[in-house]
Amino acid sequence: MSGIREAEVLGALSGVRDPELDEPITTLGFVSHVEREGATVRIRLRLPTYFCSPNFAYIMAEDAKRALLSLPRVRRAEVTLEDFHVAEEINRGVQRDEGFDRAMASFSDETSGEDLDAVRETFRRKAFIRRQEILCRTLLARGKSPRELAHMCLGEVPPCPELEVYLQRRRELGFDLSPTSPLLLSAGGDPIPEAAVVEHLRKARLTRISLEGNGALCSDLLAARYGRKEKSSA
Amino acid sequence: MYEKDGEKYFVVDGHIHFWDGSPENWKNVHGQQFIECFHDYHKALSPEEYKWPIEEFYKYSEERILHDLFEVGYVDKAIFQPTYLTDFYKNGFNTTEQDGVLAEKYPERFIVNGSFDPRDGEAGLGELERLAERYNLKGVKLYTAEWKGRSKGWSLKDDWAKRYLEKCGELGIVNIHVHKGPTIRPLNRDAFDVADVDDVASEFTDLNFIVEHVGLPRLEDFCWIGTQEPNVYGGLAVAIPFIHTRPRYFAQIIGELLYWLGEDRITFASDYAIWQPKWLIEEFVDFQIPEDMQGEYGTLTPEIKKKILGLNLAGLYDIEVPEELRLKGAHAGTGPVGSDTEPVAP
Repeated sequence: MSGIREAEVLGALSGVRDPELDEPITTLGFVSHVEREGATVRIRLRLPTYFCSPNFAYIMAEDAKRALLSLPRVRRAEVTLEDFHVAEEINRGVQRDEGFDRAMASFSDETSGEDLDAVRETFRRKAFIRRQEILCRTLLARGKSPRELAHMCLGEVPPCPELEVYLQRRRELGFDLSPTSPLLLSAGGDPIPEAAVVEHLRKARLTRISLEGNGALCSDLLAARYGRKEKSSA
Repeated sequence: MYEKDGEKYFVVDGHIHFWDGSPENWKNVHGQQFIECFHDYHKALSPEEYKWPIEEFYKYSEERILHDLFEVGYVDKAIFQPTYLTDFYKNGFNTTEQDGVLAEKYPERFIVNGSFDPRDGEAGLGELERLAERYNLKGVKLYTAEWKGRSKGWSLKDDWAKRYLEKCGELGIVNIHVHKGPTIRPLNRDAFDVADVDDVASEFTDLNFIVEHVGLPRLEDFCWIGTQEPNVYGGLAVAIPFIHTRPRYFAQIIGELLYWLGEDRITFASDYAIWQPKWLIEEFVDFQIPEDMQGEYGTLTPEIKKKILGLNLAGLYDIEVPEELRLKGAHAGTGPVGSDTEPVAP
């Protein structure tokens, strides 16, 4: 049996995103080390600051483990967070598939028993709104008016990379993908009335700027922390 | 005071520190990592000639802070925002008392703010009263992400936090600076949520809530709150240094803030010693929204810059502004945030 290729591992990890930044952990530079041995894959993750939020760190570590185990020849996957204030709790929790609440029980009494579903959902919706705004920006730049966007269906959008990513985020939320369904939807999945379109896009722009700003800051901090040159995207 | 192209700017630096992050003061690895994180911010977003080696950054002298802020940094008045972190540092990182030494020695230069932790209960209320009397407090800095034993933070919505805010009102502490950033509670919800500010801002309408770091990394949530609550302000610490490394991103931030909050509710801060006011002020005064973005965001006028750099905070803290540095038509004594135009000004 042939071994697991590094490209496969990185390919699987490219599907794991920082929920707050809506970007793959591979392009963010968070994967610092990949090791393959038989049917086992070990990876190390590093984050921009020692005090990143534990819930986001846990989501990424857990998603990375799942992504690795989804590869056909991988039987065992170990994910280790390095230089992190609750690395011990998270590494152990992910290894044992405990879930966040149980993993953090030794750290603090302040988990609220909801685990991370709500936070995952919030950030999936923000990512969806961001990608919708990016797509609409492209369409506006090509001469569409906000009024036209208000009445546009998915099937009427000309194929472009922005549409592909938008549809993917939309799929994650289980929203309608049929060609006749409206292009514009609120974060909750409701259609946007024509009169509310300008305001909707204005808010969506703010969400995009916020997410992209966080990405810029994280990229600068990671470079400062580990001395690695990151591509600037802002 | 800073002068450029015939315009004179009164400068209030709304967020500075006189910290001790030195190895002798570390209680544990978190003390070391906390100052190292600050240093990463400093390295990541400062111009080359302003970067300090970490040894200098750990702890700096009285001469240095006076030099950087007032001799070369154009600052007229600087406001100390304490950060206690007594679970990380033996003597605390940057307490009211530490800052207060300088504030009492140079009262014409500094204002010192207090702080409270609702987990201190009844005893803490007495301590707040003592601090208010000793330092004539007009503001507090709150750090909801602070660890305390098993507890890893608190929320402004907590009952005890509200009792402290009531107390602030009684003591004349009207400016509530809230750090929003790496807030580690509640652990398994959005750790940077600014909803607790929304909650107390609607309840305590006689207090001003200055959200430090303009809610980054939740700029959008912060702005939506800002449109609903007239007593919510945005402090530019951490956001303004992007002016150097990513000016187009900074243009978007300031453009959005002007749209959602308006020019009277944005306040300048260097977060010294993370960044130095000198270059921030010089670059901000020189800054303009790039031409291709002006359709979306308009332009920054000297009047807007004057408000942001000092006049807005002068209004909140009743700082006297020399006649020649006021805006034309402004009231005597303070900046433009007069009580007749701003429904919630002190």
